[in-house]
Amino acid sequence: MDKTTDALPNSYRTGPDETGHFGIYGGRFVAETLMPLILELEEAYEAAKRDPGFKAELDQLNAHYSGRPSPLYFAERLTEHFGGAKIYFKRDELNHTGSHKINNCLGQIQLARRMGKTRIIAETGAGQHGVAVATVAARFGLPCVVYMGATDIERQKPNVFRMKLLGAEIVPVTSGTGTLKDAMNDALRDWVANVENTFYIIGTAAGPHPYPAMVRDFQSIIGRETRQQMMEREGRLPDTLVACIGGGSNAIGLFHDFLDDRQVAIYGVEAGGHGLEVNNGHAASMNGGRPGVLHGNRTYLLQDDDGQILEGHSISAGLDYPGVGPEHAWLRDSGRVTYVSATDKEALTAFQLCTKLEGIIPALEPAHALAFVTKLAPTLTKDNLLVMNLCGRGDKDIFAVADHLGMEM
Amino acid sequence: MARTRIDETFARLKGADGRPALVTFITAGDPDYETSYGLLQALPAAGADVIELGMPFTDPMADGPSIQASSLRALKSGMTVRKTLAMVRSFRETDTTTPIVLMGYYNPIYIYGPDAFVRDAFAAGVDGLIVVDVPPEEDAEICLPAIEGGLNFIRLATPTTDDKRLPAVLANTSGFVYYVSIAGITGTRAPDVTAVKDSVDRIKRQTALPVCVGFGVKSAEQVEAIGAYADGVVVGSALVNAVATSLDKDGGATPSTVESVISLVSLLSKGLVRRPAPMTAEHPDQTVSA
Repeated sequence: MDKTTDALPNSYRTGPDETGHFGIYGGRFVAETLMPLILELEEAYEAAKRDPGFKAELDQLNAHYSGRPSPLYFAERLTEHFGGAKIYFKRDELNHTGSHKINNCLGQIQLARRMGKTRIIAETGAGQHGVAVATVAARFGLPCVVYMGATDIERQKPNVFRMKLLGAEIVPVTSGTGTLKDAMNDALRDWVANVENTFYIIGTAAGPHPYPAMVRDFQSIIGRETRQQMMEREGRLPDTLVACIGGGSNAIGLFHDFLDDRQVAIYGVEAGGHGLEVNNGHAASMNGGRPGVLHGNRTYLLQDDDGQILEGHSISAGLDYPGVGPEHAWLRDSGRVTYVSATDKEALTAFQLCTKLEGIIPALEPAHALAFVTKLAPTLTKDNLLVMNLCGRGDKDIFAVADHLGMEM
Repeated sequence: MARTRIDETFARLKGADGRPALVTFITAGDPDYETSYGLLQALPAAGADVIELGMPFTDPMADGPSIQASSLRALKSGMTVRKTLAMVRSFRETDTTTPIVLMGYYNPIYIYGPDAFVRDAFAAGVDGLIVVDVPPEEDAEICLPAIEGGLNFIRLATPTTDDKRLPAVLANTSGFVYYVSIAGITGTRAPDVTAVKDSVDRIKRQTALPVCVGFGVKSAEQVEAIGAYADGVVVGSALVNAVATSLDKDGGATPSTVESVISLVSLLSKGLVRRPAPMTAEHPDQTVSA
């Protein structure tokens, strides 16, 4: 039963099983009101996957609306600077709306339309997912409600304004501590109350089955493109992959296509906040939490001894979530992916380094991935091909960064 | 499985008493252990036939603002799963008949250890569990261990539970079926009495278990209207709101806290109208299994 304690599986790419589990993780832990909806969604998604028309439409949107494929860029000056691995950025920050989030939103809104749903809801932390949802809702003329923690609204003002311009209604969430997990609670509450007409576009590869698998599938285009682009550029597969992990959708998107290429070393970088040793001072659920059940799935969670969920902390509102997608939990236990962490300070340093050396302002989320690359790259040989997912751009973060660096805007 | 206090209570109410049950929800530890324990002890005399004792959780996804706030008050006062079980154990020292159903979310139970939780809950005198976020699809987690451990596992049926799905929901349900009268979160909209009756009838065609109706019930009139066809009426948010409005400005209990909830329960219990003696009154067993 417990796949995580088995010997190495034949493939790391077959999950989840038919009940939505990745080993002991995942599942469908939702209130009965939502259960029929979840089953209907699963059925609709399975049908869509078999429909060539669905894929063709999504391919068109990805190419002409979002701007895919995103480039695979050789970060020459950072490579020189570190003096080790040959560093490439998968530039998903160049997508329409400025992050990888659009990949998933285009997929889910197509599904919503197929299912005849007329109202879109979403949760958002940093606002990147909220902007992507508001964007696709505008594009397809559907009303959209975005739940966002009051605390996050305060620290992500540019994205809040973007969503408003796009016509979305922003609902400030004050329950709990007003961050991403509370926004997700309120989005789930909305969904329970409006099951008939509403489609909930979850932003990360977490939640009840089929969301983790569905979001992963929509994001996996990142890894598929990377494989092809690297073959064209270097004639072989990359040696090392690095991505940041909040819920983990950009990471699973990059990793999934390579999971069975055992020679590829894969690293996920969690938000270390003030440091893993600081109680409730980080958002590293896999490095500093333990398995539990929240938001529809079993996964690693930040929690206390009574099973109460902790808030965690990260400088990045997009990584500030007490859980992680269940497939990552399983990949962690199986040892296929190595999960590390980077602190707020390390991310800020990496943010500035990338800006100065490459002329790219990264979001604070991938700045965590780069912070780990800073440590890893110098230890690798010059022929080691390293791909880091630059999953979002940093425009939204400049105010927060200025604040942390004590700079006047 | 042996009959629980829940089974005994519904048999008595349906048979000799001929009236529906008043099922009351309070959150353990809201606003503090002592006050909520006092409230728990006072509920049966005020008219509560079954007590749902909420186990507070930081992220009660299916609950509205009233019960969310109640949970947070309880957690702030230091409530834990262990203390909730201790409260039931104390309650059983003086009350050996009123059924207690623990209601909550799965994570605190999962962290406690499902088997240990069932064992300790049964030993403390708990009769049933409602675990909101564990549907039949995840029965192996806590539903089956609970049944094996002598506890009723009470499942929620909702307006979205259609005829195709109802058998799966009813399959491992025992004690009673909790019909959620609205598609939504606790304590928000008022239920549409006619639509609810159709749903209760629909469920009753598929099970002999008592069917209790909750979500949005706050007046004696609603209790009476719903009690005319349901086996029990659940009141939760209204009681929790009574706790909330009785508190001082720092959120602490006041001398009126227990009294205001208890008087509301007394008032609601006035809606428990004795049904006209049914044809089967002299065969109570038949009524129970009908």
